[in-house]
Amino acid sequence: MANDPIHQFQLNKLIPLDIGGTDISFTNSSLFMVVTVAATAAFLIWATSGRGLIPSRTQSLAEMSYEFVASMLRDGAGSEGMKFFPMVFSLFMFILVANLFGMFPYFFTVTSHIIVTFALSMLVIGTVVVYGFYKNGIGFLKLFVPSGIPAVLMPLVIMIEVISFISRPISLSVRLFANMLAGHITLKVFAGFVVSLSGLGAAGIGIAILPLIMTVALTGLEFLVAFLQAYVFAVLTCMYLNDALHPSH
Amino acid sequence: MFISTAFAATEEAAHGATGVFPPFDPSSFASQLLWLAITFGIFYYLMSKVVIPRISGILGVRRDRITRDLDEAQRLKEESDAALAAYEQELTEARNSAHSIAQTSKDKAKAEADEKRATSEAALNEKLAASEKQIATIKAKALGEVDGIASVAVAEIVKELVGGSISKAEIDKAVAAVTR
Repeated sequence: MANDPIHQFQLNKLIPLDIGGTDISFTNSSLFMVVTVAATAAFLIWATSGRGLIPSRTQSLAEMSYEFVASMLRDGAGSEGMKFFPMVFSLFMFILVANLFGMFPYFFTVTSHIIVTFALSMLVIGTVVVYGFYKNGIGFLKLFVPSGIPAVLMPLVIMIEVISFISRPISLSVRLFANMLAGHITLKVFAGFVVSLSGLGAAGIGIAILPLIMTVALTGLEFLVAFLQAYVFAVLTCMYLNDALHPSH
Repeated sequence: MFISTAFAATEEAAHGATGVFPPFDPSSFASQLLWLAITFGIFYYLMSKVVIPRISGILGVRRDRITRDLDEAQRLKEESDAALAAYEQELTEARNSAHSIAQTSKDKAKAEADEKRATSEAALNEKLAASEKQIATIKAKALGEVDGIASVAVAEIVKELVGGSISKAEIDKAVAAVTR
């Protein structure tokens, strides 16, 4: 079982809870959501508590993450997009920290479950749809009608646009989920090779060097992916929000 | 390849445990959604109410401070420029006034010298005129006396040489005829 690469995604009920037949147990996933939120919030609050005019290292880190997301949002959705800053910042920090915590051995990766990433992407798309109709009214539907298209092609283009819009929450959630899942499985498989090859005696130990190198390299890659996927999620969020703010393209 | 074999190998194990691949197990969805909503909700609240206002406050204060410092620097620069300009101005003025003072005093001295020279020239001319007049008087007087002396001398000479006397009027007449 130690070699099972799927085992790391198994949910364990730490505090079994059941309301009206629905299982809402506090699981290891819930625990790591709490840990992610608590650690990130605590760090950001502690780092900025000095309110230094000249920032300390930690305060500078908090400011950098703030300005990173702020410039991303401003570039993606313009200055009107800044009203969504708390959401984009929370999403980016939550996903980033959850991904990075997932890199610790024996830690559960919150973002490796499709339902979590799907919920986050539905939050984004829901915001886009609700705010898009709230701000633009029926004009939000212009999003599906690109200007300068011949009338003959219109039905086809509209269909494509609608399908692409509907596939957004799916692609957004699957991208993050699949990257986390595949990365962690790959890591576990290669690490598993090290263990099983070592069991084969001296020659096996010699060969085990190869998957060990691979594991080290993959760990580096996974740290990159952890950051990159949080970044991609946030950038796409900004772009979708831009559609809600400026539907006619 | 590795992954797919590993996947195949472990699929059974996973199935053995719960029957489904854990991320696709719908029985866990409610719990995950609930806890995600709770934790992310709290996180969003903390970010939007505490962290973001705080960081934007810090950045705002810093931006204001930098702007203010730059303004202050600009103001001080303007002040020093103004002081420099005033200094230059005063220097020019001082130079001009020094020049004019020099000019004035030079003119004044020249005027005074001219005046003095004119006065002394006038005095000298006066003295010269007086002297000339005196000389003329003395000369006239001397000439007059010369006539008298000549008359006396003529009378004496005539008496000595001719014997007898000639009237004084005649002598005077003759002397006058010679000297005039």
